[in-house]
Amino acid sequence: MAISVRHVSKSFGTFAAVHDVSVDIPSGTLTALLGPSGGGKSTLLRIIAGLETPDAGTVEIAGTDSTALPPQRRNVGFVFQHYAAFKHMTVARNVAFGLEIRKRPKAETRRRVQELLELVHLEQFADRYPAQLSGGQRQRMALARALAVEPEVLLLDEPFGALDAQVRKELRTWLRRLHDEVHVTTVFVTHDQEEAMEVADEIVVINNGMVEQIGTPDELYEKPANDFVMSFLGPVTRFNGTLVRPHDLELFTTPEPDTARGRVLRVVRLGFEVRVDVTTVGGEVWAQVTRGEAEKLGLEAGDEVFVRAARDAFVVRTAVGV
Amino acid sequence: MTAPVVDVAVPEGPLHPQRSVAAGRVRGTGLSLGLATLYLSLIVLIPLGAVVWRSRLRGLGAFWHAVRAPEAWAALRLTVVAAMVVAMVNVVMGTLIAWVLVRDGFPGKRVVDTLIDLPFALPTIVAGLVLLALYGPNSPVGIDLAYKRVGVVVALLFVTLPFVVRTVQPVLLEFDREMEEAAASLGAGRATIFRRIVLPNLYPAITAGAALSFARAISEFGSTVLISGNLPFKTQVAAVHIYGRIESDDPTGAAAVSVVLLVVALLVLVSLDLAQRWAARRG
Amino acid sequence: MLALAYLALLLVLPVGLVLWRTVEHGAGPVWHALTQPNAIHAFRLTVTVAVVAVVCNTIFGVGLAVLLVRHNFPGKRVLNAVVDLPLAVSPVVVGLALILVYGPSGGVGRWLGDHGMRVIFAVPGMVLATIFVSLPLVVREVAPVLEEIGTEQEQAAWTLGASSVQTFRRVTLPAIRWAVAYGVVLTLARALGEYGAVAVVSGRVVGKTQTATLFVEERFQNFDQSAAYAMAFALAVLAVVVLLALNLLRPSEET
Repeated sequence: MAISVRHVSKSFGTFAAVHDVSVDIPSGTLTALLGPSGGGKSTLLRIIAGLETPDAGTVEIAGTDSTALPPQRRNVGFVFQHYAAFKHMTVARNVAFGLEIRKRPKAETRRRVQELLELVHLEQFADRYPAQLSGGQRQRMALARALAVEPEVLLLDEPFGALDAQVRKELRTWLRRLHDEVHVTTVFVTHDQEEAMEVADEIVVINNGMVEQIGTPDELYEKPANDFVMSFLGPVTRFNGTLVRPHDLELFTTPEPDTARGRVLRVVRLGFEVRVDVTTVGGEVWAQVTRGEAEKLGLEAGDEVFVRAARDAFVVRTAVGV
Repeated sequence: MTAPVVDVAVPEGPLHPQRSVAAGRVRGTGLSLGLATLYLSLIVLIPLGAVVWRSRLRGLGAFWHAVRAPEAWAALRLTVVAAMVVAMVNVVMGTLIAWVLVRDGFPGKRVVDTLIDLPFALPTIVAGLVLLALYGPNSPVGIDLAYKRVGVVVALLFVTLPFVVRTVQPVLLEFDREMEEAAASLGAGRATIFRRIVLPNLYPAITAGAALSFARAISEFGSTVLISGNLPFKTQVAAVHIYGRIESDDPTGAAAVSVVLLVVALLVLVSLDLAQRWAARRG
Repeated sequence: MLALAYLALLLVLPVGLVLWRTVEHGAGPVWHALTQPNAIHAFRLTVTVAVVAVVCNTIFGVGLAVLLVRHNFPGKRVLNAVVDLPLAVSPVVVGLALILVYGPSGGVGRWLGDHGMRVIFAVPGMVLATIFVSLPLVVREVAPVLEEIGTEQEQAAWTLGASSVQTFRRVTLPAIRWAVAYGVVLTLARALGEYGAVAVVSGRVVGKTQTATLFVEERFQNFDQSAAYAMAFALAVLAVVVLLALNLLRPSEET
């Protein structure tokens, strides 16, 4: 295990940011801490880094109990949402910082800096200042800086949160490829489920300071442990007192066994797929069907329709009022 | 399905006349500019110009003669040296005080923070009286700095106290703490973080404060008058010397030394402005 | 901590000592000293001069700020620099400068003298000196705020039909009022506390052209320490009141 978090809790005043959280992060993996804003994931990450001290629990990094160690001694790389670039230093000096602190010989430092700048494709910006770089470039610099000292673990706190949607998508893919190349254990915090699903090997879903579920993206999507995880990780609709994926709802124009009767409210074409809003006795529900199915059904607003969940659909009981 | 018709309401009555904004602005500018220039000329420019003119009235020779006169020269030298000492002390203490005010917490912090501005609000002559009371002949702690150069320096330290503190404080308040956290995660200890991350980002503010306190110190008059005793060649600062020249009905002498003071102050402030401009370009 | 010790030695102890020495013998002597005719005159003169200076510098300060921030014209940088000039000038030099122009042998002064008007060694000169030294204060408080709030609100007002004057009165002025208030307090403090420039241009005629600060010095030089301390005390209390006012205004200024 690269990181072992055991029963960690942390409160700020009366607000419990993290409550009795235990997580194991295997070596060499790319893990996402996913959850809504204010849910405690950043706090947990900062506790792992040593930037916050937990009220209870332990943190083990690469087999060493690091709970009492300051961030300087944990050998973790940390990347901040707003880059935390050293404004008064050039890009090269930024990246070299960790090596200079460790008093590495100048030639070695220069070589390593060059290597890293090439890794992140910033070689031609070596002598520029962070203010002269775009957001995406600054974040790549921050990554290079963190990787320069060969940390045991790389921690990223909403690394793409401050960037434009387009840049975010590009850097997401780039991070995945970087990880495949460098293989350092990486943990990143995000509130964007699409990002987590696309990039991570494993996802830890955190809500209200507690772990809801840990698993691979597929596991979380197909077998969510509760209604929170199901709603957070993909589209859901309430049907028959359960949460079900809209694409698991079947529509018929004739009353098939086990169907509920309903009336079509509207039909919206969303590119490849079609969304059908239906009102039933139990409330409003929406189904997602392919263009082909929609054409075969020939549904229009006002038509009568019969709905049922597919036999192998995964459903989650939902509390009333959720 | 037909799209619903949206009625666009057409305003009744005369339309608002097309505003010629640009023309209006230029017109307004002309008048205000004229008034502003008049005000500034009458109060600032013409009087200062008169000083420069008067200093050269009897020729350049007389100008240098007045400036190089032993008493004048001694006063100028004392003033500049004292101001430099004061600027340097302020750089250290001012930064330290700003740090304590921003990063530490202690009972009465808000009171202390407010008191820092006292030298700005207190009349200089009262400041002089105040320092003389504690560090003069009737000093309850037995320290007598009257008639001594140290007394002059202390008076100058008093009046320039707020300068570096108030330029550094806002920068520290806005400081991106994450830079410090990043440095910590990269292995830097507290002292290194202060030296390599915090301090370099404070240099512009510290320099600005130092320049301002220097400019203020060389101009200082009221607070030094009492504690220094105005002994020529010993504790007489430039401003007091100028005063003496005015009282002795020597406007040329007064103007000459004044011009030197003005030039030095202006040089310092212009350099500061240029430095700030250069730094801003660098990002 | 070193910082606090420094502050104590330089700031707190001296001020505290003077406050103590003044009220040491009770409020009686202080009151007595401050209600002497000369003292009262000094007060009144100080306040009069200060108020005139504040009014002038506020009107021109706001106008200058609007001019510098909202308009463009050749020589703007020069104007900006001139506005800041008074901060670089020693008070004594201010006095000298005004004497040279408005004094009995100065260009303007001579003309005014022929018409029976005295500026130097009279109250108008003191007003001029006070205006000079406190000139930049309102401008420098208002200009950054004007810069920060931007022109959008004013442009919105124009599109809604407001004239320049209406816009200024109803949109701009309310937006900068705390900055103006802060600048006014600073100017007032500076004006009340001015010593050097006024010392030179006033002629220091006791009971006629002697301000509160001049009173302090004159009484002290004449060994009337209790009167000097009393007035110094009054001025110090005023300074503290100013500080409190500034403190109260500062947080609002930041909203």
